[in-house]
Amino acid sequence: MNGPFVSLLLRDLKLAARSGGGAALALAFFALVATLVPLGVGADLKLLARIAGGVLWVGAVLSALLSLDRLYQGDYDDGSLDLIALSPLSLEQVAFAKLLAHWLSTGLPLTLLSPLLALLFGLPWAGTQALFISLLIGAPAVSAVGSIGASLTLSLKRGGLILPLIVLPLLAPVVIFGAGAVSAALDNLPNGALGLLSAFAAAAVLLSPFAAAACVRLNLAG
Amino acid sequence: MFRYANPAVFMGLSGALLPWVSGAAVIALAAGLWLGFHVPPDYQQGMTVTIMFVHVPAAIVAELAYGAIAFASLFSLVWRHPLADTAARAAAPLGAVFTALGLITGSLWGRPMWGAYWVWDARLTSFLLLLFLYLGYMALWNAIEDEMRAARAAAILALVGAVNLPIIKFSVDWWNTLHQGESIVSGQIAPIFLWPLLTMALGYTLLFAALWMVRIRTEIVNRRTRSLMQRAG
Repeated sequence: MNGPFVSLLLRDLKLAARSGGGAALALAFFALVATLVPLGVGADLKLLARIAGGVLWVGAVLSALLSLDRLYQGDYDDGSLDLIALSPLSLEQVAFAKLLAHWLSTGLPLTLLSPLLALLFGLPWAGTQALFISLLIGAPAVSAVGSIGASLTLSLKRGGLILPLIVLPLLAPVVIFGAGAVSAALDNLPNGALGLLSAFAAAAVLLSPFAAAACVRLNLAG
Repeated sequence: MFRYANPAVFMGLSGALLPWVSGAAVIALAAGLWLGFHVPPDYQQGMTVTIMFVHVPAAIVAELAYGAIAFASLFSLVWRHPLADTAARAAAPLGAVFTALGLITGSLWGRPMWGAYWVWDARLTSFLLLLFLYLGYMALWNAIEDEMRAARAAAILALVGAVNLPIIKFSVDWWNTLHQGESIVSGQIAPIFLWPLLTMALGYTLLFAALWMVRIRTEIVNRRTRSLMQRAG
């Protein structure tokens, strides 16, 4: 079971956990965004419950973006990406392992934290459930689209600045469907958003490794 | 297609075409504006309907330009031709400007009609996202120093964006209907409004084609100058 795919996945997870505590930082950022919003818009719990879905979704996407620039850039800078490219794995498999590692180290913890933050916003139980499920489905899509952006900017010294500009417009559907699922649950409407979100996530997770692998290939060739 | 991808052939062909395309653009725009200023006031929109003649064609060309970039990027990735990269890069600022023009004229129309410069209407929102896609694409081109790499990376981004653009449009439409927002006054368009609109759309498209050619030609000339300078010095 300890094939090259699993070793690469475990290595990336270890790096995420040990170098500067990436996952913990993303969680802290997420919690801070959620704390600042009531300070900005006021403590009216009714209003906060209404906007919780949107605010927490936007917060989760921004928190996930924070750690994206390390996805390929660190490996590119210290040369380990060249060695990984020589491994028996195809670059598409490498891209998939990295996307999986990013989701496990960032997206999943953010998803697990979200019910607690929803509690702070006074989000009713139905909304909290919808938020949790939509994040569970949508966070892999964020990592997937993000991994394309990360691979496009892997050779840039200041890739962290341009990455959000590239990735955020592409993530608009995820935010729309994710937050839409929460509002639909609050209004007791039939929830088509989750289906659309699942479709987007499935397409993004399956297709993004090809785009990311193409970017890695062009950067290693030059 | 491959014959025209040769820079020298392209220079000859575009040099011969450019005066005609530019002239046709001027004539179509002048005729469209003249027609546009002589339409009767719309029964609902009054004279603000004339804004449509500068607004809708800008929006059409803004989307057309992204299509042009995506097509050139596909051409560049599959056949690795540098002229396709130049063409894609040259189209991006034009597309961004036409998108911005569509947004500005749209908000000028929105003020009297909707009572606000900006409403979170589905089309306005997806055009705002299109503008950001253009900006990200241009930023990526500028950020990567090595020209070959920048071209390939930008081409991949353009294709990812082209796949995503219909999804973004769909999702924004879906979002807007969920929120019961403002709806665009739709319905059959009267021929008296249609003709100036079509003429203006033709004029805008020709203008885009002319400016695009000028930008590609400028880039080719710049490259020749650079290589001559290098050889000389």
